[in-house]
Amino acid sequence: MFIGYFTERPYQDFESGWVGATGREIEDLGMTNGDYDPRIGAELYNRYLDEKVYAEEMGFDGLMLNEHHSTPFCMGGVMNVEAAILARITKRAKIVLLGNVLPIWEDPLWLAEELAEIDMISRGRLVTGWVRGTGRESVAHNSQAPFNWERFQEAHDFVVKAWSTPGPFRWEGEHYQYRYVNPWARPYQEPHPQIWIPGVMSRNTVKWCAEHRYPYVMLATEIEPTKQSFDYYDEVARENGYEASTEHHGYLFKVHVDETEELAEEAGRKYISGPANPFLEGNQGTVRSNLQNLPGLTSRTQLLPTVSTFAAAARGRQAERDAALAEKEAEQDKVDADAFGTYEEQVNKYSIITGTPDTVIPKIRHVLEELRPGNIFFWDGDGAMNHEDAMRSLRLFGEEVIPAVREMGKELDLKGAFEVNTLTGDPMSGD
Amino acid sequence: MTTQAETHTQIAAEVAGLKVNALQDGSGPNIVVLHHSTGSPGWIPFYDHLAENHTVTVMDMPGYGQSERPAWARHPRDIAIMLHSAIHKMGIDTDAHLLGLGFGGWVAAELASMHLHGLDSLILVGAAGVQPEEGEIADVIFYEFEEYVKLGFSSDEAYAEVFGDEAAPELKELWDFSREMTARLTWKPWMFNRQLPHLLSEVETPTLLLWGENDRVTPLGVAEVYDASLPNSTLQVLDGLGHLVELESPQAAADAVSAFIAGL
Repeated sequence: MFIGYFTERPYQDFESGWVGATGREIEDLGMTNGDYDPRIGAELYNRYLDEKVYAEEMGFDGLMLNEHHSTPFCMGGVMNVEAAILARITKRAKIVLLGNVLPIWEDPLWLAEELAEIDMISRGRLVTGWVRGTGRESVAHNSQAPFNWERFQEAHDFVVKAWSTPGPFRWEGEHYQYRYVNPWARPYQEPHPQIWIPGVMSRNTVKWCAEHRYPYVMLATEIEPTKQSFDYYDEVARENGYEASTEHHGYLFKVHVDETEELAEEAGRKYISGPANPFLEGNQGTVRSNLQNLPGLTSRTQLLPTVSTFAAAARGRQAERDAALAEKEAEQDKVDADAFGTYEEQVNKYSIITGTPDTVIPKIRHVLEELRPGNIFFWDGDGAMNHEDAMRSLRLFGEEVIPAVREMGKELDLKGAFEVNTLTGDPMSGD
Repeated sequence: MTTQAETHTQIAAEVAGLKVNALQDGSGPNIVVLHHSTGSPGWIPFYDHLAENHTVTVMDMPGYGQSERPAWARHPRDIAIMLHSAIHKMGIDTDAHLLGLGFGGWVAAELASMHLHGLDSLILVGAAGVQPEEGEIADVIFYEFEEYVKLGFSSDEAYAEVFGDEAAPELKELWDFSREMTARLTWKPWMFNRQLPHLLSEVETPTLLLWGENDRVTPLGVAEVYDASLPNSTLQVLDGLGHLVELESPQAAADAVSAFIAGL
């Protein structure tokens, strides 16, 4: 079993009204960086790095970073910088990037070079991971949304080739062109670092991931849809002539451990206050659906089924539309209530696990039995949690939770992607 | 849903191996219409007014509506070149007036820059395609697409007059479908071509620039750049109207077009 630690590294300005239920509106791409204080940023970057170092001391196998742009809920706009620092100041833990937003890179050769440097400085501890990004990322770096999926795939093929094929070679692709590919920095690991793919529900991505035999890490999704995605992965694996197993499945979930149940609840509630990730449930932020639904981000390639009839479509239907609208609004209210589940609801459905080691360990066991992932990440220290909240939890993870979870992993035979080679199914030595 | 095929003729041509579709009605000199970035909503009253004295052909531009997608196309100029062939194959390229609406106006201007023989006039209605000296062409990605269409009217009331308080699902589907193709053709920069003003300086075709006074999508500054670039253009501003003058006031828009053509 591979056990990693994750924090989304929110920007926390306790004076701004963005932390806690102070009533200030938190709207996706609706907050000006005129309110950003680099002095607070400096403290937070250093704090999050310190916490990662401590997480390694407490026995975590992996330190996970992620990347978002133009948003306060994640300070990892240039995640590779944080990764490079961790490469130098940590000794043993894998540095797991989930992940770089491939389609927004205009020059993926530069990415290949950066990641190779991180892999070398860490002496082979990089796990690289790649995502398509949300609409927010395409907007922030003005990447042409209809070509997002094509660019993801081509950039992947290109970086893997740049890492694994001796240069120089020429690349004249659809979206990327190079006349001389010969990066002097090559990855430490042969032929290249492991590639893990994080995601939520995109069937396209699950299918592509299974075709490549890469571990697929579900990001804090609910248990039932997570199972369905793993099942789909396994189905695609069989179509491709192999049996997927625990090493191909990864799961990130919110777990906070504390000294008393009271402290645990107090800290647990902080997951959903402040600029926590607004496209995950239970937060206080507002997602702008048009930014998540950019033109062509999901392709509609078919012809329109019929020629639109202006006369029929535009006029004479007001009554019908009014009725339909009222029904739709009622439906939407229900969806909104479901989507923004209360803290208690999230605790009940294992979306948030918080407590003392004694109460947390059985709940983790439930999740592991249900999903059987070989690679897990505990998501902690987020939302409005402060450094002390994060450090108390990390200490208890190290003293009590991680040892117990390792035993569970053995008992349930949950092998991770550093125990079984996901590409071949062969056992791996060391690590 | 009934189709216009009952009252209007559907015609098609094959260009680069792909079907290009159009609706046609009326008789007289040709007016070829290129639709907005949101697609062609079918036969609208504006076309009925024009069809009283003209053969009106409303193209589905390649990749929109019933015209197949050129997956390789990356710029409105690619679409203009395809339409150049399509209107020739459809036999509507002589004695012809080319009328472009919004994004279709950009495509029409690109097409005019290719010195189309037989093009009697160019009519650009709230056209995109050039960068205004002040202000910006509205960016679709910051709006729900229905809100974006609303922005095309001078007021929400004017929108409701045409579409009701909320547009029919068929129209929303059309808008959603169309904006994907638009996003394949223009992204950086958004909705204009820096080369175009230079190329337009060689276009002698008489051109009407027809603009709504309160155009919030392609502001009047866009018309001014066109007017300064084209050697033979006339700018006519319709009082009180928004971007979608042909929907907001079909009669006034058609009268302006007819008067311009009659005066050539």
